Amino acid sequence: MNHEKKRKLESLMALAFSTLAAVFGLFWLVFILSDVLIHGIGALTPSLFLNDPSPAGVPGGGLRNAFVGQLLITFIATMIGIPIGILGGTFLAEYARGTKIARVISILADIMVSVPSIVIGTFIYAIMVRPWGHFSGWAGAVALAVIMIPVVMRTTEDMLSLVPWTMREAAFALGAPYYKVIVQVVYRGAAAGIFTGILLSIARVAGETAPLLFTSFNNAYYSANMKGPVSSLTVTIFQYAMGPYDDWHAQAWAASFMITLFVLVLTILGRIFIKWRYQ
Amino acid sequence: MPIIQKRDPADFIFSVVTAIASLTVIVLIIGIFTVLVRESSLSIRTFGVIKFLTSTDWNPVTNSFGAATTIYGTFVTTFLALLIAIPVAIGIAIFVTEIAPNFLKSPIGIAIELLAAIPSIIYGMWGLFTLAPLMAKYVEPALQKSIGKLPLLGILFQGTPMGIDLFTASVILSIMIIPFTASISRDSFNLTPSVVKESAYAIGATQWEVVKNVVLPYSKLGVFGGIALSLGRALGETMAVAFVLGNNHQITTSLYDAAATITVSLANEFTEADTDLYLSSLFYLALVLFVMSFIILAIAKFFLLKAEKRYSR
Repeated sequence: MNHEKKRKLESLMALAFSTLAAVFGLFWLVFILSDVLIHGIGALTPSLFLNDPSPAGVPGGGLRNAFVGQLLITFIATMIGIPIGILGGTFLAEYARGTKIARVISILADIMVSVPSIVIGTFIYAIMVRPWGHFSGWAGAVALAVIMIPVVMRTTEDMLSLVPWTMREAAFALGAPYYKVIVQVVYRGAAAGIFTGILLSIARVAGETAPLLFTSFNNAYYSANMKGPVSSLTVTIFQYAMGPYDDWHAQAWAASFMITLFVLVLTILGRIFIKWRYQ
Repeated sequence: MPIIQKRDPADFIFSVVTAIASLTVIVLIIGIFTVLVRESSLSIRTFGVIKFLTSTDWNPVTNSFGAATTIYGTFVTTFLALLIAIPVAIGIAIFVTEIAPNFLKSPIGIAIELLAAIPSIIYGMWGLFTLAPLMAKYVEPALQKSIGKLPLLGILFQGTPMGIDLFTASVILSIMIIPFTASISRDSFNLTPSVVKESAYAIGATQWEVVKNVVLPYSKLGVFGGIALSLGRALGETMAVAFVLGNNHQITTSLYDAAATITVSLANEFTEADTDLYLSSLFYLALVLFVMSFIILAIAKFFLLKAEKRYSR
C-alpha cells in the first residue's frame, strides 16, 4: 500500500470513529429519554397529582405533597437567587466593568457554578438546619438559591456586556444618570438574554437533589409549611427508587418523567428565545 | 470609568446595592470554607490531616474514621469515567465541527446539550433500574470472559458481576460528562480560523490530518480546560453514582465490587450520623471534596482563560 493510500485510510478511520462517537452519544440520549418516557407515562395517573402518599407498602396514593413542595422550594429559591444574581451581574458588567475586582468575582462565580452541590447542602445544614434544630423548606430554598446566584450572575454579566456601549452613551447624552441608563436602556437591550439565563438557572436547580437531602429533607405528609421539613420530587425519587416496593418505583418513574419534561422544556424554551432574539 | 455626569444619590445607592450583591459570591466561598473547617474541627483534632487522608478505617461503631476509602472510590470512578468520556466527547466534537453536513450540525449540538441538561438523579435512577441489570447480565460477564482473561488487567474484573459496583457507576458518570466535555471541545474547535485550516487543505492534507495537526493543537488549551472542568464535575457528582455504588467503604482492586465515594457517603450517612465525631468526620469529607474540586476548577478556569486570551489575539 502506498503512502497516499495509507493516509487516506487513516483519515477515513478517524472520521468513522468520530461519527461512531456521535452516534454513541445520541444513543444514550435516546435510550435514557425513551426509558423515562415509557416507564413514566405508564405511571402517570390523576391520583399521582391529587393524592398524598399512602402508608409505606400500601399501593395507591400519589405525590401531591412532593409536587407542591418542589414548586414552593423552587419558587422561593428563584425569588432569592434571581434578584441577587442580576444585581451582582449588573455590578460586574457596569459599575465595575474592566476592573480587577470584577474579574476576580467573575472567575470565582464561574468556579462556584461547578462546586459540588452536596457540599452546599452540608454548608446550609451547618448554618441553618442545626442552629434551628430541625430540617426546613427555607433551608432547602436557600441551598438552591446559593446554586442559582453564580449562574444568573455570570449570564447577566455576559448579556449586559453584549449591549453596545454606544447605546449607553446615547442615554448619557440625554443627561440620564447611570442607574436610569442601566434600568431603562441596558436591561431592555439585554432582556431576552437575562430571561434565558433565568430559565436555564431554574432548569438547573429544579433537578437538584443532593443539596435538598440535608436541608428540606423529606416529608411523607402534605406540608406547605416552609418552617418544617418539606417533601420534594427529587428527594422522593431517591427514597422511592431505593425502596423495596414496586408501587414506589412506578411513582419514582412518573416523578422523573415530570422533572425531565420540566427541565427539558425550560432548556429548549431558553434556546428558542435566545435564538429568536440574537439570531 | 463611564460616569461622566455629577453623581446622583440614587445612582450611588444603586451602585452600592449591586456591589453588595456581587460580593455574595466571595462571601459564600469564604463562608463555605470557614463553616466546613469549623464543623470538622473536632475530627481534624482527633485524626489530624495525614492520618485522616490515609486511614482506610471508616467505622462508626468504633468511632474511627479515615477518608482513604472514599477518596479512592472518588478517584477510581472519576478516572474511569474520564477514560471513557474524553475520546467519545472529542469524537463528537470532531463530528459536529468537521464531518456533519450543515443541516445536522445544530440539531446534534442541541441534542448533546439536552443530554447535559437532564438532572443527575434521572441518570442515577435510570442506572439503577435499567443499566445495572444490563451490565450484570451482559456487559460485565462478557468483559470478564475477554479482557478479564488477560494477565494484569484480569484483577480488575474479578468477582461476581452484580451491576451495583464501581464499573457501572463509572459508566453512568461518563455518560453524564460526555455532553459537557463535548460542548466545550466543540466551542474550542470552532475557534480555529478557517484560513489556517484551508491552508492545510491546500497543501494536500487529509481531513484527519487537518484535525490532528491544525485544529487540535490550536484548540488544546480550551480542550484541556474542558477536560479539567469535567473532572471537577465528576468528582462532585452525587446522585448519578449514589444509586449504583453500594456505599461500601473498602479499597478494592476489582471494578465489580461495591465501593464508596465522598459524595455517596455524604448522601447516605449525613442524616444518620449519631455521634458528634461521626458528623464532624462527614463535614471533614465535605471539606476535602470542596478543596479538591475548588483547586481543579481553578486550574480548569486558568486553562480556559489562557485559551481565551490566545484566541482573542
